[in-house]
Amino acid sequence: MAATDGQQFPPPKVLTYPASAPPLLVTQGAEGRLYKTTHLAPNRPCALKYRPPKPYRHPILDARLTKARISSEAKVLERCWREGVPVPAVYAMDPAAGWMMMEWIEGIPARVGINKLLGDRREEEEEEDAEAPLPETCETLLADLMRRIGAAIGALHKTGVVHGDLTTSNMMLRPRRRGYGNGSGADGDGDDAEVLKGDVVLIDFGLATQSMSDEDRAVDLYVLERAFASTHPRAERLFATVLEAYKETFKKASSVLVKLEDVRMRGRKRSMLG
Amino acid sequence: MAVTDVARKKRRIALGCEGSANKLGIGVILHEGDPANPKSTVLSNVRHTFVSPPGTGFLPKDTAHHHRAFFVRVARQALADAGVGLDEIDCVCYTRGPGMGAPLTSVAVAARTLALLWGKPLVGVNHCVGHIEMGRAITGADHPVVLYVSGGNTQVIAYAEQRYRIFGETLDIAVGNCLDRFARALAISNDPAPGYNIEQLAKQGGRVLLDLPYAVKGMDCSFSGILTRAEELAAQMKAGGGKGPDGEPFTGADLCFSLQETVFAMLVEITERAMAHVGSNQVLIVGGVGCNERLQEMMGLMAADRGGSVYATDERFCIDNGIMIAHAGLLAYETGFSTPVEDSTCTQRFRTDEVLVKWRK
Repeated sequence: MAATDGQQFPPPKVLTYPASAPPLLVTQGAEGRLYKTTHLAPNRPCALKYRPPKPYRHPILDARLTKARISSEAKVLERCWREGVPVPAVYAMDPAAGWMMMEWIEGIPARVGINKLLGDRREEEEEEDAEAPLPETCETLLADLMRRIGAAIGALHKTGVVHGDLTTSNMMLRPRRRGYGNGSGADGDGDDAEVLKGDVVLIDFGLATQSMSDEDRAVDLYVLERAFASTHPRAERLFATVLEAYKETFKKASSVLVKLEDVRMRGRKRSMLG
Repeated sequence: MAVTDVARKKRRIALGCEGSANKLGIGVILHEGDPANPKSTVLSNVRHTFVSPPGTGFLPKDTAHHHRAFFVRVARQALADAGVGLDEIDCVCYTRGPGMGAPLTSVAVAARTLALLWGKPLVGVNHCVGHIEMGRAITGADHPVVLYVSGGNTQVIAYAEQRYRIFGETLDIAVGNCLDRFARALAISNDPAPGYNIEQLAKQGGRVLLDLPYAVKGMDCSFSGILTRAEELAAQMKAGGGKGPDGEPFTGADLCFSLQETVFAMLVEITERAMAHVGSNQVLIVGGVGCNERLQEMMGLMAADRGGSVYATDERFCIDNGIMIAHAGLLAYETGFSTPVEDSTCTQRFRTDEVLVKWRK
């Protein structure tokens, strides 16, 4: 997923100093750009998140948002890291310049993993109805992943942090180290299956806030539910599994789930017919 | 997909009736060639707007009365402009929703009457889908992320698997509603539209940017808090006590400027996030607020930054009109869809993603 024409944007000043390996522009998200570079030692890879000035935004508004977002993101990551939530560790930052360095997470986004699995299935089944049940192995794999996603969100909310932009693009599947856990990939699903078994690491805390309110937590879940419905329509019903695992991990989940009902009613403007 | 009789015809013509808010619009559209990708020609597009006095909004009862009073006039004009005979019209399309109840009902009754009078099939159309299809037809945007912004709706939409899926939307009021109601606080004229007058006034502002809440939650956003703050600032200004960040009194123009800069930045941000999410670099702006040139400019800057482009239309097609209902209705009719008279209801709540978009792959 490395962007090939990496240097078409001017990099932030911090990346213009001489280094043993040139910084690599990994992705241009909506939030900003992510570079892969190194921190302190050439064998210590790190992710540098840079929020460039947005040309469409009024400069005063832009500066206010950029500074506040970098420092709040760093604060929140620090807090999660201390509490053992699976997130990248913060190495360094300069909020006014709009950048922050973090631990480099290996692997692929959950969105890519899920769609790869579902996409491969679709080709095999061809013209079948989108609502058709998925094969059992696939179903189990996905359900297991959903449980780990739910657990990660539960752990996050337990620390008093809400993510603010939960999508399957903002969850990495970090490959497990060899010799750990379920070692064998001999169940016939090959690489796709192995990938889905990776550890869920939450990334991109650009819109995260520190909050203990049921409302904010419910909106967090709602954003993911909606992102899920729009990105993985075929796996939409698996979202219930996410909520189950969330409930198991997080003691105060039940009041959040009640609030989620309210948020759904309000946000979705559900049809009054039928 | 079975080819319907109407789809085999070389020329297909539909009449569309729109009245979900304060605009009554009737238009006639012509489709030629392949129904999967028809050549569309606008034969007529007539609109009459109910304008309420400054400081007030349009109420459902008065708006419905306006639509009833003007329907025959507008319909006659649309038919005369189009220059087609009644025998050439294939179907009558009307807005099923979403929108205000009473105005929707008035126009649905009138559309039903025309259909029965002329013996034509009726086609109920989702208003949002009408906006999207019209925007695509006019601009030629092929697979865009759509920002639909109007007085009643604020949604970020992308097409996937035969539905227009909603990626982000307002959690409370629509952005156009925020602007309309703010215009009332300053008693800005509603003619031709409050949003247009705010846009003109904002051009005189810009000395200061007033601090307003910025409320983005993921791909969703919220405008009610911003409206409350803007109304407070307007009240302070009227009382003579409002000071900007530079210590000088601010004007109504500064307020309009700050409000536009803030809410449009939010809209562009959620659109950009949706574009990054689906991997598209085209963006199409539809809906009444979509004619705002500052919004178009900001969206253009964002799209250019991503190596893409923005597609927008002018007030003829951005603001509610009959032609978009005719166009979307005819697309559906060509796939064999129609609405039996006994089912030709309308509804205030009708989500964009409820419609099966059979005419797209």
